Amino acid sequence: MTATEWAIVVLSLKVGGIAVLFTLPLAFGLAWLLARSSFPGKVVLDGFVHLPLVLPPVVTGWLLLLLFAPEGPVGMLVDDLFGASVLFRWSGAAIAAGVMALPLMVRAIRLSLEAVDKRLEEAARTLGAGRTRTFVRITLPLALPGILAGMMLGFARALGEFGATITFVSNIPGETRTLPLAIYTQLQTPGGEAAVIRLAAISVGIALLALVASEVLARRSGRGVHVL
Amino acid sequence: MSFDIDIEVARGERVISCAFRTGDGITCLVGPSGAGKTTILSAVAGLARPRRGHIVVRSRTLFAPGIDLPPEKRHCGYVFQDARLFPHMRVRENLDFARRPRFDRNEIAESLGIAHLLARWPRTLSGGETRRVAIARALLANSDFLLFDEPLVSLDPPRAEEIAALIRRVHEDYELPVLYVTHDRSEAKRLGARLIDFEGNEVA
Repeated sequence: MTATEWAIVVLSLKVGGIAVLFTLPLAFGLAWLLARSSFPGKVVLDGFVHLPLVLPPVVTGWLLLLLFAPEGPVGMLVDDLFGASVLFRWSGAAIAAGVMALPLMVRAIRLSLEAVDKRLEEAARTLGAGRTRTFVRITLPLALPGILAGMMLGFARALGEFGATITFVSNIPGETRTLPLAIYTQLQTPGGEAAVIRLAAISVGIALLALVASEVLARRSGRGVHVL
Repeated sequence: MSFDIDIEVARGERVISCAFRTGDGITCLVGPSGAGKTTILSAVAGLARPRRGHIVVRSRTLFAPGIDLPPEKRHCGYVFQDARLFPHMRVRENLDFARRPRFDRNEIAESLGIAHLLARWPRTLSGGETRRVAIARALLANSDFLLFDEPLVSLDPPRAEEIAALIRRVHEDYELPVLYVTHDRSEAKRLGARLIDFEGNEVA
């Protein structure tokens, strides 16, 4: 492993970790809406959330580019707030990874929320717990395995993100060149096979670790429900 | 007077009406399966909203036009038919779930014969033990009154006899009015309960 390769691994973990952490509140909110409420347009919202799963990633990346471009609606807002752009930055790579991880996270969290027995929540209410306490003491711990599994799944997906990232924030060494982009670059470089093997092995290792961690965490918490 | 109830509750297509007043003893609402007994208990506990009427327990209005206390403010100890112990908490945490309990947890656990179960997980308890813990948890919920939904169902006869005796004792020791529903009249009689139907008529 060269120093550059280590830097790529660290960058990938940073991009994936930040992507999952910042996507989590949104994913949880959406999962809650989809699992626990009915409103007109729910089907449309459901479809919209799942769009990144079925769209060609290049299209997702291009749409992000339109949104976050300096004259794009979100790009102007980001520029006003922070005086900077996410284009060609690692933060942009995290946004692309987060968008691609969102549907998987929403799916896992939604399933776990739907699996929480509402009768237990009712029992908690009769025992004097208000809505907030019921959520914190009953709903959240019982849904936790699914939430953790969703985060790990989202993390694994974020690490593998390629198409949307390269379209949205390009392939800049040290900034947006995450593991898949580095592997792609090495494949295009004569004599890069050895590096490809090392980086690919690391990718497999991290992905496996994330999946195993998700399973172990899920088994440990709550009733030993496992989600994967 | 303990319970003064006159309500109409919608359940699916049907409307269930129920009106009765009770004294301080154990009152047993009897009716065939599917009559809506659980729905009435749910309404008293605040888990189902009546279409109209009033629910007054021990002079405290829980539901009336313009009043609808949320379940957590009704101070009811509800022993569900399926117990509903929290599976991710040990027995001790289940008992400690309610804040500001009126009684001491260890004393209740001792009295109900579950002191040795405090460190156990609910899934490891037998049917009779589960009922005992559910009753203890309801007692510890700062309850003004107790609701029982078929608590003897699916217990073998000796266990059912034990739990019935326990319910009688809890009612007497802690001076809490009890509203009990069952489809089994002989069970209700064993409890020394006053039997009424949905119209509040005494049932023999």
